[in-house]
Amino acid sequence: MHEMALCESLRSAMEDAARTQNFSKVTRVRLAVGRFAGVEVEALRFGFDVVMQGSLAEGAELVVLDEPGTAWCFDCGNTVPLAHRLDPCPRCGGERLVPNGGTEMTIKDLEVM
Amino acid sequence: MCTVCGCAGDGATISEAHGHDHGHDHAHHHDHGHAHAHAHDHGGAVHTHADGTTHSHAHSQDAHPQDTAPQDTAPQERAGTLDYGQGPARAHAPGLSQARMVEIETNILAKNDGYAGTNRARLDAAGILALNLLSGPGAGKTTLLVETLKALAGRLPAAVIEGDQQTDNDAARIRAVGVPAVQINTGKGCHLDAHMVGHALEKLPLPQGGVLFIENVGNLVCPAAFDLGETARITLISVAEGDDKPLKYPDIFQGAELVLITKADLAPYVDADMAALERNIARVNPKAEILRVSARGEVGLARWLAWLERRRASRLEALAIAAEAKARTLRAAAGLLAAREAHS
Repeated sequence: MHEMALCESLRSAMEDAARTQNFSKVTRVRLAVGRFAGVEVEALRFGFDVVMQGSLAEGAELVVLDEPGTAWCFDCGNTVPLAHRLDPCPRCGGERLVPNGGTEMTIKDLEVM
Repeated sequence: MCTVCGCAGDGATISEAHGHDHGHDHAHHHDHGHAHAHAHDHGGAVHTHADGTTHSHAHSQDAHPQDTAPQDTAPQERAGTLDYGQGPARAHAPGLSQARMVEIETNILAKNDGYAGTNRARLDAAGILALNLLSGPGAGKTTLLVETLKALAGRLPAAVIEGDQQTDNDAARIRAVGVPAVQINTGKGCHLDAHMVGHALEKLPLPQGGVLFIENVGNLVCPAAFDLGETARITLISVAEGDDKPLKYPDIFQGAELVLITKADLAPYVDADMAALERNIARVNPKAEILRVSARGEVGLARWLAWLERRRASRLEALAIAAEAKARTLRAAAGLLAAREAHS
């Protein structure tokens, strides 16, 4: 997917934070990645190493925290936990589900120097 | 390079119809007394100055005499083309201090969403219905657009932003039917982002009260994640692509207000199971309206053209209602002030 572009956004966000919070090196990044964020974690790790080269986060450890997914079921009208996009609704067995939670990827925190 | 689809964040260029050079074509929001020659430290065209202001703008190749560092990331503009294809330039001297934790809690797409918000405000102000067209390569986005624009000629004003990795073939096809078009070449990039579209908007005569079509890069995966500031998303799928595509690529269908099943006239020849396709679309996006279209002949376009007219009318009506509400608030505030003055 677009993991490379996401890594560049991540680098840019870290650089903004470095300016406002006065640090010059990032040693660890913790990301919360939603189940339905459309992010392939392995591709993200690959992109992270490449994009961070020569940046303030070169060599930083990337920690990915799994955020569970939820979806709105159009058949029973509930928000339900959902592990996979095409799973049926665990409450009513309906198949018309639209993710409404675990759709984002956020930077939780940074370990910096 | 992206390990899944070959995308990358570098390499974007924007070209417009006339091929002339636009350097800094807008005012800067900061005050500095130098000749605007500074090194950039940004991916894309955003940078922050020492005074803390952040802005983005087009760059002309000769506008930054000091930007000759070998790895400058400023987009280069030559002959009407914005080139984001420079490598990253980053050299930070690591400070040596105690490690500490910094809470950030930032959405990784916050920057894109910020640009999308700016685009949206601009499109709202001009009363434009902006449609983000998504599909795999070859679903017939450009052909549908060309036929649509021919049919709409004289009925409502339109403009087009074309996104492709390479070539300005698509923008040329649009211009050939007399509609203004800007081509964005994303280089290795697999999707349009809001920042690229913002630059394209600066170069396009916006069709006041009309329709802006943004034809995204042909890709059923990545463009889904990037808000461009559009009013609505339209996903296209041709009958020959297989009726299980919505299940295989749910993200691209999920956010669509309308799904167009294109090349409907070919259905009998490719054994397309239209009912299964529509059922699968409805499964991943129960709210989407679904229309079958064919760019061959007026008949196949009729319902789509009617949808466009209707959607544009509802868009203008919604903006008018918002403007009236704002006017009432302002008048009420002014009236309150007048009453207070009269009282004192």
